Amino acid sequence: MTENERSGPSRRALIGWGGAGLALGAAAAGGGVALSDGGLGLASAAPDHAVPFHGTHQAGIATPVQDRLHFAAFDVKTEDRAEFVQLLKDWTAAARLMTAGKPVGEGAYGGLAEAPPDDTGEALGLSPSRLTLTVGFGPSLFERFGLADRRPAGLADLPKFPGDNLDAARTGGDLCVQACADDPQVAVHAIRNLARVGFGKVAVRWSQLGFGKTSSTTPDAQTPRNLMGFKDGTRNIAGTETARLDKHVWVSASDGDAKSAWMTGGSYLVARRIRMNIETWDRTSLQEQEDVFGRDKGEGAPVGKAKEHDAPFLKAMKPDAHVRLAHPDSNGGITILRRGYSFTDGTDGLGRLDAGLFFLAYQRDVREGFIPLQRRLSAHDALNEYIQHVGSAVFAVPPGVRDPHDWWGRTLFSKEA
Amino acid sequence: MRAVRPIAIAATAAAALTALSACTAKSDAKDGDAIQVTAADTKCDTSAKSVPAGQVTLKIENKGSRATEVEIVFPDDRIVSEKENIGPGTKYTLTAEVKAGSYEIACRPGMKGHGVRQKLDVTGSGASAKRNPALDAAVAGYRQYAQDQADETVPLAETFAKAVQAGDLAAAKKAYAPSRLGWERTEPVAESFGDIDPKVDTRADGLEDGQKWTGWHRLEKSLWQDKKIGAGDKKLAAELVTDLRDWQHRVGKAEITPTSMANGAKELLDEVATGKVTGEEDRYAHTDLVDFKGNVEGAQKAYELLKPVAAKNDSALTGELDKQFAALDKLLDKYRPAKDSYDFVSYDKVGKDQRKELSDAVNALAEPLSKLAAAVVK
Repeated sequence: MTENERSGPSRRALIGWGGAGLALGAAAAGGGVALSDGGLGLASAAPDHAVPFHGTHQAGIATPVQDRLHFAAFDVKTEDRAEFVQLLKDWTAAARLMTAGKPVGEGAYGGLAEAPPDDTGEALGLSPSRLTLTVGFGPSLFERFGLADRRPAGLADLPKFPGDNLDAARTGGDLCVQACADDPQVAVHAIRNLARVGFGKVAVRWSQLGFGKTSSTTPDAQTPRNLMGFKDGTRNIAGTETARLDKHVWVSASDGDAKSAWMTGGSYLVARRIRMNIETWDRTSLQEQEDVFGRDKGEGAPVGKAKEHDAPFLKAMKPDAHVRLAHPDSNGGITILRRGYSFTDGTDGLGRLDAGLFFLAYQRDVREGFIPLQRRLSAHDALNEYIQHVGSAVFAVPPGVRDPHDWWGRTLFSKEA
Repeated sequence: MRAVRPIAIAATAAAALTALSACTAKSDAKDGDAIQVTAADTKCDTSAKSVPAGQVTLKIENKGSRATEVEIVFPDDRIVSEKENIGPGTKYTLTAEVKAGSYEIACRPGMKGHGVRQKLDVTGSGASAKRNPALDAAVAGYRQYAQDQADETVPLAETFAKAVQAGDLAAAKKAYAPSRLGWERTEPVAESFGDIDPKVDTRADGLEDGQKWTGWHRLEKSLWQDKKIGAGDKKLAAELVTDLRDWQHRVGKAEITPTSMANGAKELLDEVATGKVTGEEDRYAHTDLVDFKGNVEGAQKAYELLKPVAAKNDSALTGELDKQFAALDKLLDKYRPAKDSYDFVSYDKVGKDQRKELSDAVNALAEPLSKLAAAVVK
């Protein structure tokens, strides 16, 4: 984005948090924020690397997958519902600014010398980098604020799967924010500033940095590889496949009862930190590696096929091959939208790479998406010898923020909604 | 907040106008004339209430029965110039370069306490910016607090040192944490004495190669890790008391401003967030929670003193700070047997989840506290 395109209403003219709503209306009119195109943000994402924030669905699900991730799960610290609602409004205002490439609040400099700046400043001069911020509510949130009867059935607790070795410090959370961007500094800046706005109301429980997207929602692009060197999820749902999205990803008004109608247009997110036994994988023969996945390593073609996108012939694969077990045809059509990232958090103290896949999947109902799929995989997948699930969380991702007056979670928290 | 800059410029202009009009203000002491100060046990008579800016001379006579101290002080109690230990029946001439503004002359019989005071207006050019009496009162209150903390600390440090010198391991351990409380409560002020702080409160990791390690934490290591008191430790204990007396003696002269108070309160929370929550501060004694409490109390004191001004400018902020101080206090109370006790739970018994909870509460307070300085200068 050029300096010229960045013009528009100066954030210096804003009057802080209180004036954010007013200022944002002006920002949208000035063209700093691309207008809503129904929530997908595909066409208008290109010119200034900004993905529209407003829409029917939250950005960061079906919108094109960016290269980098900073994902954070938060615990709620306040007992006061009004205070929590105010936080969601403040977060929405900050997210609107940051996804448009603007600093939070009054900015990072130029304010009172005696006070810390509102924005931390490390994203100054960077483009919006297609930043998307996506918020989700964990099951434990519904134990607060009198929300018990609003918890949708589709937000099911995950059962204990065989082989799970979950670390409580990387599991759960009352709410989450998924920040995806093409520049890691932009994603880290976004979570850092939301955490700052949230101090006293929420506290970061755990967070995960990711790089090298392992799946794509724009399938004409080449499928990215995971840290095992394989292409996986080549048949992921594309952002343009409206019918498949409606069928498998977006919650419909007919799902659940009146008390969970607030989720219409939302989705359910499963996050799993999957550690890979990198060193033992790297010592595995090429034949076994290809057998484990059911693909060849070079092209990524399914067993017996020539090209990556050729339809797999599942019966040609070993019965415990990953692709065979995970494929919708082996699971009564179960399809999820994957948005996972590789992660590397240095070494683990034993000299082993602490690395793997931070798996993120969106679906219309966790009971019909991740749970049956993972039941099958955790019991039979040949890949299990080389991976371990060490962190886990599930979130209800509410519908999109419609316009400059709307806010994250309004349909759940606003009685008149 | 954006509007503040223009207001600040206006204030400066107003101050300049005041300065101009002050030029014509009448002084009742002529340039070069000395002010006669007659000090006694209960009085402090001065021959003039107003002098022109520049060289000011006090001709002091102590007619009392005790040694006295005479000072020229700012309205916030900062000392411009002073003479200590003026014996009964003796005279002294004190001169000082004094800018225009409002001051007081203080006589402190016995060299203790607030003393007996007289107003002194220094007139003329170069008048200082308009002062806010509420902020001056806050600074004066904090200066007194810092002094009180130092005064209370010295005897506690002496108790600690005596136990070390007697080779009484148990008594020394018991006296260690209490001897630190006053220092921890006023750490930003205490640390402003760059020569004292490294001598009394340096941790092992703060040392350079070859640097001699002295002070509380060196003794802490002897008591808890080495579990013995050597001849060197006894010497160190004596040095600690000497250094703390030096602090007690100088603390009244510390440069304190409303914003340094506000930011000092935040820095106390920073101390907690970086050193205490992690258990690094008292890594051998595990008395981190005592220091933690001291830091929070000190921050709270600074806040309470600034609150009347801050509440006028930003009542939402002070409301939040009241709430978060109370929440942190309540959380800390879970780690001590009674509200007036400083026998906190040993920090090695505080689990990872509990430390996270404490850290969250510190962040919840420190973030709004970082906005206090702005609320004070608005």
